[in-house]
Amino acid sequence: MARRQRAYDIRRQPGFGLIALFTFFALYLPIAALVAYSFNAADSLSRWDGLSLRWFISAWNNQAVQDASIRSLLLATWAATLATIAATMAALATTRTPNYPGLTFKYAFINQPLMVPEIVTGVALLIVFSRIKVWTGYTGMGYLILAHTAFCIPFAYLPIRARLESMDLTLERAAADLYATPWRAFWRVTLPLLRPAIIAGFMLAFVISLDDVVITEFVKSGGQDTLPTYMLGQLRRETSPEINAIATVFLALSVVLVTVFYFVNRRRP
Amino acid sequence: MATAAETARAAEARDRRDRWLLSAPALIIIFVAAIGPLFVMLAYSFMEKADYGDVKFGVFSLEGWVSVLFQRDIFDDTLGLADAHLSILWRSISLSLYTTVLTLLFGFPTAYFIATRPATTREVWVFLVTIPFWTNLLIRTFAMQQVIRNEGLINTALISLGIIERPWQIMNTDLAILLGMTYVYLPLMVLPLYASIEKLDFRLIEAGYDLYASRWQVLRRIVIPLVKPGIVAGSILVFIPSLGAYVIPRVLGGGKSMMLGNLIELQFGAGRNWPLGAAISITLMALVMVALLFYVRNVSRSGASHG
Repeated sequence: MARRQRAYDIRRQPGFGLIALFTFFALYLPIAALVAYSFNAADSLSRWDGLSLRWFISAWNNQAVQDASIRSLLLATWAATLATIAATMAALATTRTPNYPGLTFKYAFINQPLMVPEIVTGVALLIVFSRIKVWTGYTGMGYLILAHTAFCIPFAYLPIRARLESMDLTLERAAADLYATPWRAFWRVTLPLLRPAIIAGFMLAFVISLDDVVITEFVKSGGQDTLPTYMLGQLRRETSPEINAIATVFLALSVVLVTVFYFVNRRRP
Repeated sequence: MATAAETARAAEARDRRDRWLLSAPALIIIFVAAIGPLFVMLAYSFMEKADYGDVKFGVFSLEGWVSVLFQRDIFDDTLGLADAHLSILWRSISLSLYTTVLTLLFGFPTAYFIATRPATTREVWVFLVTIPFWTNLLIRTFAMQQVIRNEGLINTALISLGIIERPWQIMNTDLAILLGMTYVYLPLMVLPLYASIEKLDFRLIEAGYDLYASRWQVLRRIVIPLVKPGIVAGSILVFIPSLGAYVIPRVLGGGKSMMLGNLIELQFGAGRNWPLGAAISITLMALVMVALLFYVRNVSRSGASHG
């Protein structure tokens, strides 16, 4: 009878709160377990021997992990930079204009990487790049940078396009009235207004590149492991808590990036 | 002397040209490293396989496509159904459907819960869903492994409670893949659902109660029809990546429970049958397109009914 006395809440659905709380619990339990095991002092994941940082130290001193981390960061920096530049230009070309022939085509083209399963793009790139590698003899990081840039473009494009659509041309026209050249108006008016969206786009692209495992796995040449492909390779074997330590650091990095992204995006007027 | 109309037309033409030049880098990069290779792959699916991977370039053959569904008998060269491929195809589709249903069952109440919180705490709940969403998929898969492996959380708990004596083997089964995909793709269901429940007009629900509807009737006859676009969007966002899943079945299915993504990899790796791998890839893309078409048709229809 206690329920009757409460005001009849029209929003309430019985059991929904419980399911929701269970869902949040289930979302974070595996992550908590992963982090907890990374502080395990034992030699294997089957025992718990108390807290220790030994696996973080061992991961830090692992040459393969160091190389893969540096490669991942470099690749993400290159890909996100190139993707952000290309996406900013494309966004400027596809917004603040009446519909023109080819506009829909451009939208479809730019968003295409989101539509195709990664594994399909991965093997298609394997087919093409493996032939180019034989023809040219070049097996460097260029292939990975190119592939990552391509699938990062739609992610960088998204926030920049959204921001441009909420800006009208008034300020640029005012600049032109004051005899600014188009180039100067772009640098002094458009770009500063776009900056938060460009930063957001860059960070999205950076995270997407950093996280990629499938396409990288098929495009990389020998000795070009990134952190995710290194981890995937290790998971095939008997896993040691060292992988947990790497995953924990990676996780912390992602959380920091997402949090920063969140606040950069929210500050938008 | 140019007339005003001619000047305007020239300005417009210049604007168009500038807009094509500006978008050229993005279009070229995506063509070279995403769309173009798909066409090359389509061509490869119609070529004859070479003995050590790759294809005999330019030699036409339908063998790749035939072997998506059929296999040749080694002795008399007759065609029979390729049971292994069919069972993998079936597993991919059915596990993706189960994943969609499970994420909906857990995601809908969660999204509803978030949308009915006070505005101040709502953002925090959304943020809590966003964090796993942006966390590396491989790491989340690996995190799931910590829970379901033989010495993992579930088994340790069940054994120490005395419910079971020997570990319950979840890893390397279809159930492991299902749990992994549900876990990993759940935010993709919650976020669009939340977006559409948040816009819900609760006066309609009040009207329902005024007309003596029960909680269940309100949910079924008012809430669900109104948030249907969100349900469809969430389902498609979960179904499509599930269908193309590769990392999750590889890590949690352990090579025993394969999905289409793993079958494709196999053809480019140990299977050394690139035309078949290409044909399966295109089949997978076609399945994704069917799902997308279903989505587009549903959205246009639900849009029309509201208009």
